[in-house]
Order: sequence, then C-alpha cells, then structure tokens
Amino acid sequence: MSPISRGFHGRRSDEAAAPGRVPPGQYVTHDFPVLSAGPTPHTRTEAWTFSIRQAGDVLKSWTWQEMRALSAETVTADIHCVTRWSKLDTQWEGVSVDILLEQARAEAAYVLAFSDGGYTTNLPIDDVTGGQAWVAFGYDGKPLEAEHGGPARLLVPHLYFWKSAKWVRGLELLDHDEAGFWETYGYHMYGDPWREQRYAGD
Amino acid sequence: MAGTAVRRRLTWQVATVAAVCDETATVRTIELRTPDWAGHRAGQHVDVRLTAEDGYTAERSYSIASAPGEPVAITVQRLANGEVSPYLTGELRAGDELEVRGPIGGYFVWDADDATRPLLLAAGGSGIVPFRSILRHRARSGTVVPVRLLYSVRSLPDVIYRGELDQCTGSVSVTYALTRQAPPGWTGHRGRVDATLLADVAWPVSREPVAYVCGPTAFVETVAEGLVRLGYPPQQVKTERFGGPGGP
Repeated sequence: MSPISRGFHGRRSDEAAAPGRVPPGQYVTHDFPVLSAGPTPHTRTEAWTFSIRQAGDVLKSWTWQEMRALSAETVTADIHCVTRWSKLDTQWEGVSVDILLEQARAEAAYVLAFSDGGYTTNLPIDDVTGGQAWVAFGYDGKPLEAEHGGPARLLVPHLYFWKSAKWVRGLELLDHDEAGFWETYGYHMYGDPWREQRYAGD
Repeated sequence: MAGTAVRRRLTWQVATVAAVCDETATVRTIELRTPDWAGHRAGQHVDVRLTAEDGYTAERSYSIASAPGEPVAITVQRLANGEVSPYLTGELRAGDELEVRGPIGGYFVWDADDATRPLLLAAGGSGIVPFRSILRHRARSGTVVPVRLLYSVRSLPDVIYRGELDQCTGSVSVTYALTRQAPPGWTGHRGRVDATLLADVAWPVSREPVAYVCGPTAFVETVAEGLVRLGYPPQQVKTERFGGPGGP
C-alpha cells in the first residue's frame, strides 16, 4: 500500500485530455527531449547503408538512395520514453521493416538493431513485423535531425522508445534474445510501456 | 562495464525524508532514509513515486546526489509548470514519506576503484547533480585521479552546491561559465561554453581522459561534439541529457 504523499494533489490533465493513450507512470510532453549515451554521430547519407545480417553474413544491404527509393509510409504514433515522457501524435516518414525483411528473405526469432556509435537494442521479430516498425528518416515533414537519430532511426512506437534505435544502420538476425546496450545495464528486455516494463524484472 | 549489471528486481519501497536543504532559490536537496537500499554507484538514478489522497500517482527519475555509502539524496530543480518538482521543492518536509526504487542506470557512472583516467566533468545547470555524487565518491575513496569540473550556470547565485564546490582544491579544479549574469569584477568566463573555453579546460587528449557531460540538450550537444573535435574518442564521452534523466 503506497503511503499518501501529504499535500500532493497532482495533475490529471494528461489522462483527461487523452484518455487511454498515456501509459502508467508517464506524462505528456510537447517538447521532444533528447536522450543518448554519447556524442551525436553525424553520418553523411553518402556513406550510410542499412544492412540485414545473419551469422556473420550480410543478407542484404541498401544505400541511402536505395532505401529512399523504397515505398515509404507516413506514420502517426504516440511515443513513450522510459524516462517517463510520452509524446502524442508524432508524425514520421519511413520504410516498413516488413519490406526490408522480405527483400532480404530473412527469417529469425529476434533482431538486434545496431547503430552508429555502437548502440544496440534487441527486439522479437514479431514486434518489428506486421506493420509495427519502420526505418524512419522523416519527422514532422522534415528530414530527421541528427540529435533525434538522423539520418535514420528505427521506429517501434509500441515499445519504450529506447527500442527505436537512433542512427540505425541495420538489423542482426538472431535465433535467441540477446541484450542490447541499455538492456545490459538493467533495462527491460522487452519494454512494453502499457505493462510498465522499465527495468529487468518489471 | 557491459555484462556486470545486477539483475536484481527493483521494487518500490517507502522512504522517509530525513532532511531538506535549499541549495538555491529554486533548487532543493532532499535526503532520504531508505530501509532497504542495496547501495548505489556514483552517477546512478532513483525513481520517485508520489501518491495523492485519491490514489493518483506520479513518477519521476532523479540523479542521486550523494556518494555511494551515504544515505540516498536527490537534488531537485523547481520547474515552473512542473507537476512533481514544485511539490518536492516546496511542500515536502522532513518526516514525510514517499516511494523510491533504484538504483537505476549503469552507464553514466564512475567508479573510483578502477579509475585511472583524468576526469573531465561538464555540467549545465542542474546537470551538476550526478557530479556531486562523483566528487564525493572520489574524495571518500582517496583516489588521486585529477578532476576538472566545468560548470555552466546562469549566475553565481544559481550555483548548486556552491559551498562544497568552493572547497575543492588541488587536484580538483572548478571552472564556472556564467551565462547570464556575472558579479562586478568577475574574471572568469562569461557566456556559454564555447570551443575556446572547452579547449582551455578539457584535459589534453594525450592524458587519455574520460569525460562526463550532463545538462540540457543544447549544452550536452555543444560540449560532447566539441570534445570529439578536440580528439576525444566518442566512447570516452559519456552524456546525459535532462528533461528526462535516467538512461535511454
């Protein structure tokens, strides 16, 4: 039983304004906070590629131009950061991961997304297929800024946002679940905001 | 490093406020008594949960301001339109209870035991909080690793932990950058941290330093990119932006 915080009344406006859209423990922000563990990489699109790898082999790789030539979608989604901000109705442009996996003829149980700067994060294949994940390069009608993960980041809005790897450069296909960067430091392996899976064991 | 994180489940526990201390007009340090605290590392966070009478709850993450081995303390800046920070910096007093869980985060941490690299700490505003933990940890450990602290703050009255920082001597040097207002006769840096100041204060790359940068996004971006331009390997520049501390 949680003790009452004497004199704390809180502010329920978030939930009232957007019923059913703000997961437990989150609050709505209108800014777009930036969180990352190190300096922002600035990869030029001429040098950028996106690869799908498995067991040491590159199954398929796209240059920036090849990626941009694929059919892109506009995605409107609510995003939820484990540090407790949620941002509603964000607008993205990107290529569905379904298309990429299909072109790579890839099959796996899990993926480990990898990024410039050494960042990684793990996801079950079922969470990056079926129209649930994109390689996003546009935000709010403009190219995605470097501090928000540009030139391209993964977008998996139904999981906590650390799963939406910034500066993404590819997916490693795995038959088992392997902890990525934050997952190694005690964050949850799956990260469902609606079940408040912030940390290992939640 | 990677792989050493403890996979203990983090459960909420009731903490009692032992003391509160106003650091500036808008910043307060809150010392907690936690009955079941497994200990923390310098730079880690703690989650705080408040519960209103009608059961409504609000959670936030805060950097831990105290050294490993000391009681858990957080330092909170009042945000004008905040939901939680006005309560913590205004209403809360010794004897009150709230819930905490932690420690959280294992990347933006500094351990005296395996420290060999000269340490550069760059703080913007309340980004100083985890560095108080690091500096106290360093002092308690007796390590001789030298530290340079670069602290960007609006004015001297906005300096958090002023008394403690002013006592730093010898192998810990403190440089302020006053961005809004400097007192008459101020000979230190005025204005935001720029490339010149950074080159001046940062350890030369040849000393194989490690840098921790914490503050608002614009500050962190400027400093982290400035350090990379000075030749710091990106993996030796650990960053934390606030507005949402706590890792990812």
